[in-house]
Amino acid sequence: MTTTAPNLDDVTASATSLRRFLAGLPGVDQVGAEARAATLATRSIKTTAKQYALDLAIRMVDLTTLEGQDTPGKVRALSAKAMRPDPADPTCPAVAAVCVYPDLVAVAKDQVGSSGVKVASVATGFPSGRTSLDVKVADTADAVAAGADEVDMVIDRGAFLAGQYGQVYDEIVAVKAATKDAHLKVILETGELATYDNVRRASWLAMLAGADFIKTSTGKVQPAATMPVTLVMLEAVREFRNQTGRMIGVKPAGGIRTAKDAIRYLVMVNEVAGPDWLDPDWFRFGASSLLNDLLSQRTKMTTGRYSGPDYFTLD
Amino acid sequence: MADSVFEYAPAPERRDIVDIASSYGLFIDGKFVDGTDGKSFKTISPASEEVLAEITEAGEADVDAAVKAARRAYDRVWSQTSGGDRAKYLYRIARILAERSREFAVLESLDNGKPIRESRDVDVPLSSAWFFYYAGWADKLGYAGFGPNPQPLGVAAQVIPWNFPLMMLAWKIAPALAAGNTVVLKPAETTPLTALLFADVCQQAELPAGVVNIVTGAGATGQALVTHSDVDKVAFTGSTEVGRMIAKAVAGSRKKLTLELGGKAANVIFDDAPIDQAVEGIVNGIFFNQGHVCCAGSRLLVQESVYDEVLESLKRRMGTLRVGDPLDKNTDIGAINSAEQLARIKLLSEIGDSEGAERWSPPCELPEHGYWFPPTIFTGVSQAHRIAREEIFGPVLSVLTFRTPAEAIEKANNTPYGLSAGVWTDKGSRILWMADRLRAGVVWANTFNRFDPASPFGGYKESGYGREGGRHGLEAYLDV
Amino acid sequence: MTSEPRLDIRKTYKLYIGGAFPRSESGRTYEAVDASGRFLANVAMGSRKDARDSVVAARKAYAGWSTRTPYNRGQILYRVAEMLEGRREQFISDVQAAEGATKKRATAVVDDSIDRWVWYAGWADKIAQVTGSANAVSGPYFDFSIPEPTGVVAIVAPQDSSLLGLVSVVAPAIVTGNTAVVVSSFDRPIPAVTLSEVLATSDLPGGVVNLLTGDAYEIAPWLASHMDVNAIDLTGVDNVVHARALEEAAADNLKRVVRPEPVDWTADPGIDRMTAFLETKTVWHPIGT
Repeated sequence: MTTTAPNLDDVTASATSLRRFLAGLPGVDQVGAEARAATLATRSIKTTAKQYALDLAIRMVDLTTLEGQDTPGKVRALSAKAMRPDPADPTCPAVAAVCVYPDLVAVAKDQVGSSGVKVASVATGFPSGRTSLDVKVADTADAVAAGADEVDMVIDRGAFLAGQYGQVYDEIVAVKAATKDAHLKVILETGELATYDNVRRASWLAMLAGADFIKTSTGKVQPAATMPVTLVMLEAVREFRNQTGRMIGVKPAGGIRTAKDAIRYLVMVNEVAGPDWLDPDWFRFGASSLLNDLLSQRTKMTTGRYSGPDYFTLD
Repeated sequence: MADSVFEYAPAPERRDIVDIASSYGLFIDGKFVDGTDGKSFKTISPASEEVLAEITEAGEADVDAAVKAARRAYDRVWSQTSGGDRAKYLYRIARILAERSREFAVLESLDNGKPIRESRDVDVPLSSAWFFYYAGWADKLGYAGFGPNPQPLGVAAQVIPWNFPLMMLAWKIAPALAAGNTVVLKPAETTPLTALLFADVCQQAELPAGVVNIVTGAGATGQALVTHSDVDKVAFTGSTEVGRMIAKAVAGSRKKLTLELGGKAANVIFDDAPIDQAVEGIVNGIFFNQGHVCCAGSRLLVQESVYDEVLESLKRRMGTLRVGDPLDKNTDIGAINSAEQLARIKLLSEIGDSEGAERWSPPCELPEHGYWFPPTIFTGVSQAHRIAREEIFGPVLSVLTFRTPAEAIEKANNTPYGLSAGVWTDKGSRILWMADRLRAGVVWANTFNRFDPASPFGGYKESGYGREGGRHGLEAYLDV
Repeated sequence: MTSEPRLDIRKTYKLYIGGAFPRSESGRTYEAVDASGRFLANVAMGSRKDARDSVVAARKAYAGWSTRTPYNRGQILYRVAEMLEGRREQFISDVQAAEGATKKRATAVVDDSIDRWVWYAGWADKIAQVTGSANAVSGPYFDFSIPEPTGVVAIVAPQDSSLLGLVSVVAPAIVTGNTAVVVSSFDRPIPAVTLSEVLATSDLPGGVVNLLTGDAYEIAPWLASHMDVNAIDLTGVDNVVHARALEEAAADNLKRVVRPEPVDWTADPGIDRMTAFLETKTVWHPIGT
């Protein structure tokens, strides 16, 4: 344990003290962080290691549909796939969760039943977050009332970039209260935060405010998840546990399309945060098309042949 | 927490991409010839101790033949070759190295012991880049700042070490040829193979015979080469001890000399450093290439106010380093290059223990055969300790503390060496203040162990003189 | 096969814009003829709109091209030389036809052109060492000056030297990170089109060089007055009155201008054609604890 851990209650006592604390966090050197992520990406994961990683990655997927054109039919199909990703192979594990808009939570919940697949809902005026706090809290309450196990909220990036850290903090606290027993993931929208220093600060802010998970992106803004950004967040959760004993999860979302990418993320989790995070309780992938590539790679490992898109379902 | 552990399965790079002959002659005057004495030695893989090939030991007569070939090639061919044509040969060499990069990377890892990831991602690409960069100077020497028409020196004798065999070869041969010289190069006795394969590249590029000559051997061969009377230029990279001997040997002669020798670099971490990247910089600084790096950050100078935080983070990070088979793509730390070097590292580490420093290594399983040493740090080290003064040339870091920038400078400079230094801080003015005061030829700020053919590299004080890389790197090979 | 001469497949000569080969949006062509007036091909007659589109493509390509490492740009230019070498015979016959040269002279021109391109490729990562500096100011400041590319460069290529002159004005502009819109020789356009085919197969990103065949008298004024063009090379403008008018138009957004003058294309080019399109940035930073 370090000898210089601040008393974190003092830190969050006021907006000023919070701001000072966040400003006092060590900076992130962009070039160094990106170089570390790139080196981790050279790890070669083969044979048994690859099988382990593929199955784990599948179990970590939050299978997502967040579009204006979503219908109950679409959500039902997605949920069915979430429970049984590979129609040809019953040994294939189910994913961690489906992720939908609040008004479709009930449909998803109905479909997944007691299968163990969770229902995550976005909330708080996703994706922009540009609504009042009351609306954000009400949005959250709706999702929870409909049966969501997890809530993915967005932070107010405008407030963050304007330096209103206290306001951002208070909003997370309020939303957390509205989630009751559901887990709260806090989306930082790292693409809009722009610098790694901001990502580090926002990560700490979210964790101090009660996040169960910190999440990179809504997937609606480019760039979404990247390896260096996730690296910085993994370092943050590691340090947070060092200082407080509390473990927080990490979810990169958006832009992770291939099994190769997913495996690289798992290597990074393993070597940066540590093996404790190699579990769907502590790490998730927010993705949609990733799943089919994971299945395709998994099938190749079991059959020895390259597969094709006709053999996996499009839902 | 998690219900299983992520074990990386073996991921070996295939060896069969490279053909290693059972024995090699000397590359003189464009072809391989036998040695005149009949003497030879073996080169082994330090990871497994298997014999890779039998190598000819060049005697005085062989060295003489090589110098004569270089002189003939200089007088009759290379000094008449236009800069544009010299450029074309060097570009060919650069491109062939890039084409055969996997082959060279595997061979380097086998012969040297370094991880394939490093030879593949650092050594071989930099070697190709060095030739590509200097190719571009061959026809522009008048713009290099040495006068309108600078001339080469003639025949260059070049002796290189075992830590970056191919890369050191590129650092020597590329500027020498670009400037119009011919060369006789002696690779280190434990790592001759990539130099011998390079001879094949010279043939593929149709480089005129005698422009590049490769003579293999150990200390005696090197001595014969650098003291040969018909050599105009001597370039040496290796230990300060041998560098000193060479400087004495060329005293009073007309031979120009450049030396790139040892170091005991200070890597200075301030309290406002980007800590995670600084820890990466520390790890890279001393464990890259098993610490067999002249410019290794072998002394960690950490500001006392962040000592606990940095050490904790460093130890945690060291726990993720993978020591093992150099040909495994996931290996971070490979084999120590030779039994001798391993013995030296062990000896100095024992001295560290006896001087009262505290040794720590993460738990790691070392293979049974071969030469291995775990990544190691010594804390509680002070300037008076031998492990703070002497170059260990292995994966061993000595950790010291400082209070103020002035004290950091004092300690960093308090060494007869002066090759490199690292500075980690978020404050720009402090970086420049430190860079101004550090008596080192290379200052890395918020980074470490970065090399580029465009960037001049070399030491102050007993780390040698002369620069390699950049426009400055031409000076060693021009008559200016 | 029969012993009669085989009918060849004739090429359609198009513009090179944004990495693609479109026809002129005006739909116009003109006849390119050889030195004795014999018909060679219908060549696209570039219009002001083609020029406008080229500037857009060049601007779009600038951010990526100028931020690549100099080593990478050098490698790509060297790759262009490799491709030029591969088409050496084609260029020789192009130059013979375009310039009425003997095979021997055309061969020398082509070889010089390839070598010229290689010479420039090697400058990519060296120009900063030759033109940049650390400046010894009197104060506790670290002060350095570095060259940076100016942006989008419009180039009127030489009218007579249809290959050697052409590469000698294009390579120095782009090696340092600028992107270019080039108007080829009007009477001798064929080598320029072959060059654009080489560029398209050399890993050069689309838009870095945009090449228009056509009449500089018609197109150049639109480039000279274009507010999103940063510099203009008037080398290929033969008429002094026209050149002056272009330089005046260029003054509206203070473009950097290279005036036309006679050049011996076989001589050592010097570094002027690179420095003409480079800005100098000087940076100060205090030195202190």
